[in-house]
Formats: sequence, C-alpha cells, structure tokens
Amino acid sequence: MGDTFPRGVAALAAGLARGEFSSVELTRHYLARIAALDGRLNSYITVCAEQALTEAAAADAARAAGRAGPLTGVPYANKDIFCTRGVRTSCASKMLDSFIAPYDATVCERLRAAGMVMLGKTNMDEFAMGSSNETSFYGPVANPWDLDRVPGGSSGGSAAAVAADLAPIATGTDTGGSIRQPAAFCGISGLKPTYGRVSRYGMIAFASSLDQGGPMGLSAEDLALMLNAMAGFDPRDSTSVERPDEDFTRALDLPLAGLKVGLPREYFDAGLDAGIRTAVEQAAKVLEAQGATLREVSLPHLDLAIPAYYVIAPAECSSNLSRFDGVRFGHRCENPKDLFDLYCRSRGEGFGAEVKRRILIGTYALSSGYYDAYYRKAQQVRRLLRDEFNAAFAEVDMLLGPTTPTVAWRAGAHASDPVTMYLGDIYTTAANLAGLPALSMPGGLVDGLPVGVQLTARHFDEARLLGLAHRYQQETDWHTRQPALA
Amino acid sequence: MAISNEEVAAVARLARLGLDPEDIPGYAAQLSGILAFVARLNEVDTSAIEPLAHPLDLHARLREDAVTESDQRDAFQTHAPAVEAGLYLVPKVIE
Repeated sequence: MGDTFPRGVAALAAGLARGEFSSVELTRHYLARIAALDGRLNSYITVCAEQALTEAAAADAARAAGRAGPLTGVPYANKDIFCTRGVRTSCASKMLDSFIAPYDATVCERLRAAGMVMLGKTNMDEFAMGSSNETSFYGPVANPWDLDRVPGGSSGGSAAAVAADLAPIATGTDTGGSIRQPAAFCGISGLKPTYGRVSRYGMIAFASSLDQGGPMGLSAEDLALMLNAMAGFDPRDSTSVERPDEDFTRALDLPLAGLKVGLPREYFDAGLDAGIRTAVEQAAKVLEAQGATLREVSLPHLDLAIPAYYVIAPAECSSNLSRFDGVRFGHRCENPKDLFDLYCRSRGEGFGAEVKRRILIGTYALSSGYYDAYYRKAQQVRRLLRDEFNAAFAEVDMLLGPTTPTVAWRAGAHASDPVTMYLGDIYTTAANLAGLPALSMPGGLVDGLPVGVQLTARHFDEARLLGLAHRYQQETDWHTRQPALA
Repeated sequence: MAISNEEVAAVARLARLGLDPEDIPGYAAQLSGILAFVARLNEVDTSAIEPLAHPLDLHARLREDAVTESDQRDAFQTHAPAVEAGLYLVPKVIE
C-alpha cells in the first residue's frame, strides 16, 4: 500500500480523468485494503480480485482510447442480492451458497457499461430480511465505528465497506429501510430512489411492491453520479417506470431559497433519542440558514407504517420465496423420500430463522380466512399513509426527520425479540409503502456513533432531494468523518 | 391473538417449510407477538378505503409480439441440483 488516493467517487473520477493514477492502481489499493481489514468487518462475502483487475485494465484501455465516461475505472462493491454472471450470488443464504447466476442484473449490466469495476459482493441479512446484518449465513458484519455494534441491515456489508473505505461506493437495496438505516448506522449517505426508478431485473425479490435498489456512498454528489449509471427504464422489469433519462447531478448547486421543508411532528415523539433529535433540529437550522423555510406538518398514522409493513412485506416474501423448491436451483436436501419431503426439507435446511419467521407470518396472513383481516387491512392502511404523504407534499417540497430512533445497537441486543427490532424501522418503512424517494445522510455523532438525518421527497424528485443533501454537506462536515478503523 | 403449536405446524405445511419440532414453540411465541403487534392496524377504521397494492399507478405495458428470448436450457440447468437428458429430476410422483 502506501499510495494515497482521494476519497469518494467524484474525487476518484477526477483523478482518473487527469491521469493521476490508473484504475488498475486504484483497484489494487482497494483489494489490498480489503485483504488487510475485512477480516475484522466481514463486509464482503465474495471478493473478485482477478476479475476486478481485468475490468480495471479494460477501463484504463478504454480511457487511453478516448472512450471513458464519467465513472470509467471507478471501483464499487455490489450487494450480494444482484445477480452477476459467473460470480456467485448468495443473497447471504445457505439456499444459494452455490448459485452462480446465468445472467447479469440490469443494474450490474449498466454499471459495467459505465466502466465501473466490481470489487466483490457484499454481505447482507439473509434475503435482505433484517435490520442488523446478523441473519447472514456467512456471519454477522461489524460496524467500523465500534466492532461490537451492528452495522444495520439489510445492506450492512455495503455500508460497512464504504464507511471503512473498502470501496468508494456500493449498491444496496431498500425494502423497508435497508439502504438508509445501515447508511445512518455507519455514517455514510444512502438513497432509496422512487419505486420503479432502478430496475429490479436480476435483483433477487423479497417484497416486490416495496423493493428498490439504490446507491450508498460518502456524499450526495457521489450518490447522484452513481444513480445516473444505475437508473433508467428497463423493459425487462414490468414495474420499471418509463421516463426519459435524467441527470441527477443537475440540481446539486441549486439555491435553497423558496424551498419548503416540512418537519412531521410524529417523527419527534417520545421514542426518539434526544441526541438524534438535536442533530435533526440542527440540520433544519442549517437548511433554514441557506434560505429554506421550515414548517411543521403531520402524518397522523405514521405509527401504523410498521404494522402495515410487517404484514405486506412477509406476505410478498412468502410468495416470492416459494420459487426456492430444491428442484431448479438452490439447496436440495439429501435422499428425499417424496416430493413433499423434498420441498419441506430443502427449504427447512436452506433458510435461516428470520426468513422462516417471515414466510410463516406471510403464509398465515394470506391464508384462507385471514386475508381480509391482515393483508387487505394492511393495504388499506397503505393507501391511508400514501394519502397523508400526498397531503404533506401539497404543503411542503421535502420532509426532514431522523432515519432511525437510536444509533447502532450492540450485536445480539435484539436476538430473542423480533418485534423490538422491527420498531427501529419506524421512520423508514413509510417511504417504501408510499413509493417515495428518501435519503439518509450523516448529521452528527451521539456517544461517538453516527446519526442519520433523513430527507424524503415527492415521487421522482431525486434530483432536488440530492441537491438539498448536497447543500447541507457543503455547510457541514459530518459526511467526511471516518471511523478509527479506516 | 395467540398462535398454537398446531397452527404453526399447519402453516409450515402450507408453506412447504420443514421445521425442527423443538423450534415450533419458539416460533409460536414469536408469531403470536408479531400478530399482536400488527393488530394495531385495527385501531383505524378503513372501511371506506380502497386497498393499495402498489405505490404508483402503473399500467401493464404492451410489447411487440416478437421472439426476444432464445433457448438457454443448458445454461439454466448447470446450477440445478439434479438433471438428466434436459429434464429436472424429482422423486417419483406417481406410483
């Protein structure tokens, strides 16, 4: 090692463009950091050293030939939920321990076409089900700020890798907060785009009406650059939204004068840590000082977002995960005595405890006699919540609040009681139910641990959302703080 | 709303999910806790609200009636647990 490189995608892309270093040198640097430090974090499930160096050499050749784009040669880490041709895609499950996809997810295809270099596949909660990255078949991920604490989940490996500078940026997926909550816990920025913005083709499905991929990086500017490469209409995803491509960096330098920022009063109730409340209030002042106007708004039924989520997400999960049957791909039990036994034992052996819990809850909620009481009821509450967000967005342009009610907790703290862990998702699940874009950015430290501040925007308003976050990051330096490990 | 061990076993059968018998009481307790928690949905009267299945008002897209996918059976079967002559093998279904 010994070489020093700037941090962040924007700075690395500029250095590559100026010829200060090559993509091969940069990729070697990251592979060396992963080899030296990831034994303590477990943020990667698979490291693709050889393939990454080949891709880096190709990126350098493309640049020499005058064919470089804005991200050519920049390395990234890829959540192990995106299918990658020729590289194992495990979804952190024993079920897919030996699964090598025969095709690339659209996101991977797009990042490859942009010339980005995949360093490896990052750890996560099994099938993206969890808020602590403790349900992975490949073991838990440690938080780089305090190795005894969780990095959040489900995209905990991506968050830990970026925070510890084992990748300059990473992909994540967010079904109920799985990009924003680990970004908050690890002190980085993470964006869940509008539902339908980023293709779900080749992204292993958990809850199809909620799942959305997005970038996790050091700054809003980096997220905007990465989203430019990730997003776009994909005819292979039936829920992909058909809109013209746009430049998500276009509003980064837009002044905030005239922008109305709402503070939902339900975000500041008794369950919120006092230090996090102070951080959010200070963030509001920073935005106000730059010309934004603040206004209190209300989302009266916000507290029903988690119960609605924990019906809808398991119901869709139980349906999606029925494809893992031990026949076409994935784990298969030894010596099945009949087809029923083949299904039951393959699934019983292949799935971990949290995945089983959610399949059971979802199957129960969808079963005859209970459908109206649970699934239909949750969908009615979903509309109620979406309408309340629409009403708020008739008054203001953006919503500001905390990402999580607490900072990262100690590993094992919620092992015996799933419901107390679910309660931590109070501020994140609503954006998925309503399909809204939402972003978490570092906004302070409480007891030496990062605090996430969350911004939520109207559907398809990512450019202004990123612009607001960028303006905040021009005035503050929380996003530049690094854990001691890095 | 409490779920019994028998109900857990019945739901697991519906889901084709093999559970270790000694884990069933634990699942029953956790599932009961989750159902008690989601029962909070009943605090609000939703009788006049249409269910929302999807966050955006999407319509199914039409496409040209043209062949876009080629046969990739061999590629898809490379990661299957058991195949023979291009077929997926399972235990005998009909005696």
